Amino acid sequence: MAHQSDLIATDIEAYLKAHETKSLLRFLTCGSVDDGKSTLIGRLLYDSKMIFEDQLAALESDSRRVGTQGGEIDFALLVDGLAAEREQGITIDVAYRFFSTDRRKFIVADTPGHEQYTRNMVTGASTADAAVILIDARRGVLTQTRRHAYLVHLLGIRHVMLAVNKMDLVDWSQAVFDDITAEFTSFAGKIGLPAFTAIPMSALRGDNVAERGSAPDWHEGPTLLSWLEAAPVGDDAVARPFRMPVQWVNRPNLDFRGFSGLVAAGSVRPGDPLRVSPSGRESRVRQVFVGTEDVPEALAGQSVTLTLEGEIDISRGDVLAASDAPVSVADQFEATVVWMDEAPMLPGRPYLLKLGTRTVAASITEPKHRVNVNTLEHLAAKRLDLNEIGVCNISTEMPVAFEPYAESRDLGGFILIDRMSNRTVGAGMIHFALRRSQNVHWQALDVDRAARATLKGHRGRVIWFTGLSGSGKSTIANMVEKKLHAMGRHTYLLDGDNVRHGLNRDLGFTDEDRVENIRRVAEVAKLMADAGLIVLVSFISPFRAERALARSLMPEGDFVEVFVDTPLAVAEARDVKGLYAKARAGELKNFTGIDSPYEAPETPEIRIDTTALSPEAAAEHVTAWMEGELDYTI
Amino acid sequence: MTATGHQASLTHLQRLEAEAIHILREVAAEADKPVMLYSVGKDSAVMLHLAVKAFWPSRPPFPLLHVDTTWKFRAMYEMRERMARELGFDLIVHRNPDALEKGINPFDHGSALHTDIWKTEGLKQALDLHGFDAAFGGARRDEEKSRAKERIFSFRSAQHRWDPKNQRPELWRIYNTRKNPGESIRVFPISNWTELDVWQYIHLENIPIVPLYFSDVRPVVDRDGTLIMVDDDRMPLRPGETPMMKSVRFRTLGCYPLTGAVESTAATLPDIIQEMLLTTTSERQGRMIDHDQAASMEKKKQEGYF
Ligand SMILES: Nc1nc2c(ncn2[C@@H]2O[C@H](COP(=O)(O)OP(=O)(O)OP(=O)(O)O)[C@@H](O)[C@H]2O)c(=O)[nH]1
Ligand SMILES: [Mg+2]
Repeated sequence: MAHQSDLIATDIEAYLKAHETKSLLRFLTCGSVDDGKSTLIGRLLYDSKMIFEDQLAALESDSRRVGTQGGEIDFALLVDGLAAEREQGITIDVAYRFFSTDRRKFIVADTPGHEQYTRNMVTGASTADAAVILIDARRGVLTQTRRHAYLVHLLGIRHVMLAVNKMDLVDWSQAVFDDITAEFTSFAGKIGLPAFTAIPMSALRGDNVAERGSAPDWHEGPTLLSWLEAAPVGDDAVARPFRMPVQWVNRPNLDFRGFSGLVAAGSVRPGDPLRVSPSGRESRVRQVFVGTEDVPEALAGQSVTLTLEGEIDISRGDVLAASDAPVSVADQFEATVVWMDEAPMLPGRPYLLKLGTRTVAASITEPKHRVNVNTLEHLAAKRLDLNEIGVCNISTEMPVAFEPYAESRDLGGFILIDRMSNRTVGAGMIHFALRRSQNVHWQALDVDRAARATLKGHRGRVIWFTGLSGSGKSTIANMVEKKLHAMGRHTYLLDGDNVRHGLNRDLGFTDEDRVENIRRVAEVAKLMADAGLIVLVSFISPFRAERALARSLMPEGDFVEVFVDTPLAVAEARDVKGLYAKARAGELKNFTGIDSPYEAPETPEIRIDTTALSPEAAAEHVTAWMEGELDYTI
Repeated sequence: MTATGHQASLTHLQRLEAEAIHILREVAAEADKPVMLYSVGKDSAVMLHLAVKAFWPSRPPFPLLHVDTTWKFRAMYEMRERMARELGFDLIVHRNPDALEKGINPFDHGSALHTDIWKTEGLKQALDLHGFDAAFGGARRDEEKSRAKERIFSFRSAQHRWDPKNQRPELWRIYNTRKNPGESIRVFPISNWTELDVWQYIHLENIPIVPLYFSDVRPVVDRDGTLIMVDDDRMPLRPGETPMMKSVRFRTLGCYPLTGAVESTAATLPDIIQEMLLTTTSERQGRMIDHDQAASMEKKKQEGYF
């Protein structure tokens, strides 16, 4: 890693002193497939002498074996580190590489150009201060160029370079360069991308990368490297009011209670007045620790532990902020969402949302619109598929402290997690809180669940029957209700077919509508159970996620899932309503079990095997189970 | 790393330190049973130091795990005991009982098998045995090209396999630590540090490291161009071979029969850094296990190697 600096050999101590104070710039390379992103990074590493002899020898032999340059050095192979990438000659996942110059240290994220791997590009962009967008001079501005430029802008990267690459293949034509720059300028204007710098370049040859090389003099701008050395690093956070999401409560003994976290904005000193959000409590900073040292001040970007005056209740997920400029708190937002999972985003489905250090349950409304990244048109959408970008309203199960993403990546950016697969399925950027959530408060009522239960003589609860169409849910639920009624229990039966005639008559059978169908029923069942009724719900409810949502609305133990387990062949053979025949004939679309999936419960409270039990016996079983297992006392 | 005087922005080392501490705390807050893998090398030394800082004045809320092969340098065992004692960590040492019983060693069984059974299998055993769901490792992205592709929170299947083509998106400073039954997470707090960063941090923070990193006169033999230190009498000498006394040091530490020494007179940290900056070969060249085949690190990681 022979650095240029002569100081290394002559005065290492002086070199280290100078190196110690270098700033750090994080940037990414992006753009369409094969525009030369990886080649550029390979070239930068090579030119800044970050490549060792043994690595160079390996590169030369790899280039001969799998290179795309006919045996000449293929710099992309320095960066495309996965076997699959080297075989296919493309980048699949982001690579993080490091180099430094005499002025600065750099972390670069080399991101994939393929649309299929957009989520990996977003991963690389989310931590970058600057972006280099590459274009193949022969191909000009492509859809992926636009998509990446749009994402760069969405993610709030303010320093952008447009590198028109492969100029060696167009004879360094100024006209080609000017045309491409003009086309990109017009697109950048439409998305509101701030000023950018354009340079002509050959990544492969290294022209205009670290040195001018054989770049012609019609272009006077900086080389890529000198631009990177001069780009401002994202430190404007220090000038803003103090914010710190609490990560961990530090309690070694009864005398010490510290709150650890990374300062997201501003600075903090002993004596500073703070407000805790969402609780709204106030306190003052007693001590500031960075590591084991008690310090007079800490800045945005540092990991600290604070002790405060007085005993106040603070836990992980709360946000500490300057008390004269507290953060907002809300439970409904408008946000841009980038969808990153093969399974589509379905409105109404419960996801987990992680913002700062807080994780809450959240659901998303139907997108207000989806963006066509090529034309920037707003399109109507019922859901978001993989790699789609849309604007949606999000509601969280409890209020969270936040800031608009434009002001703070740390308090305005969130991820969405699927509750079943635990995958990270989406990323969002908050625009603003919705007024109604800031103003509408939950009304605390005097007559509560317990009071109503006392009057009825039992607690309300939900018995949820799920199973294929024709499995026997309604028959069994109906019998159970009769038995409970005879025992003096207050009941109500919500049946799929009936509810679809009223409350849900606007809904069809697409995945989105099925989710909304169940969400509404679950909410209604919850209200009725709250009112003291034993609610029997008989719905196909094919998706695990929505049944989990229904369960999550009820207190622990007050939700009983009954799986009416009838194999598809048996239900189809019975075909009481003739629906299977129609579905098989193609007259009914999205029929559960035929062309729409049924996700069987994994751990239902009760499973009924209808091939072994008669409906009467099944109903008896459910009733007995409930009378035996459930605590009817109030 | 405290800010010196009134400072408007952080240095690169301050940013890296803050990021590492943030990651350590995130795991402590969200994992059920975390553990820190401790290999006694310089990267582990830095991780340990960061862990002390992250949780001070509390003790770090996880134990150290050393997956031992019985073939480490003696100076490493001494350092391990000293650090655990001085810093007040609980130390778990795991030696694969199958390897112990079969007497697996690099001389009779070759470097690949030795590493696979002691390290890869040993690590999986230890994690399963204790039910650790998150394990910190000191790997850095600048070490090797498949490491450069790995997330900071890297998921492993119940069989401890890494699937490089299916990594979770990892945005901003938000880490999704939720896992499916049987899955576990490897977490790399110093992912974004370079070899130079590690050395400079050790220098600035006065972090104790194994003396083998500094030059000294040591007994070595030349094995096919690699200088191997004769650290104990288990090392079989070839006919006519006698150890030479040479001034050498190590850029990376592992099992002594598999770790090449470099001839050097660098006896202080600035000397070491100077030598590293002027050198023309990479740190991993001293490790014999990486040369075995192209893309070998990626393959090893898919099989459950750290
Ligand atoms: N002639 C010429 N060829 C180039 C230049 N830059 C890149 N290439 C070639 O273009 C091809 C694609 O380069 P990569 O660096 O793999 O492209 P990429 O943008 O990283 O591709 P993805 O990551 O898969 O999207 C390779 O064959 C490169 O050698 C250049 O400046 N001039
Ligand atoms: Mg690439």
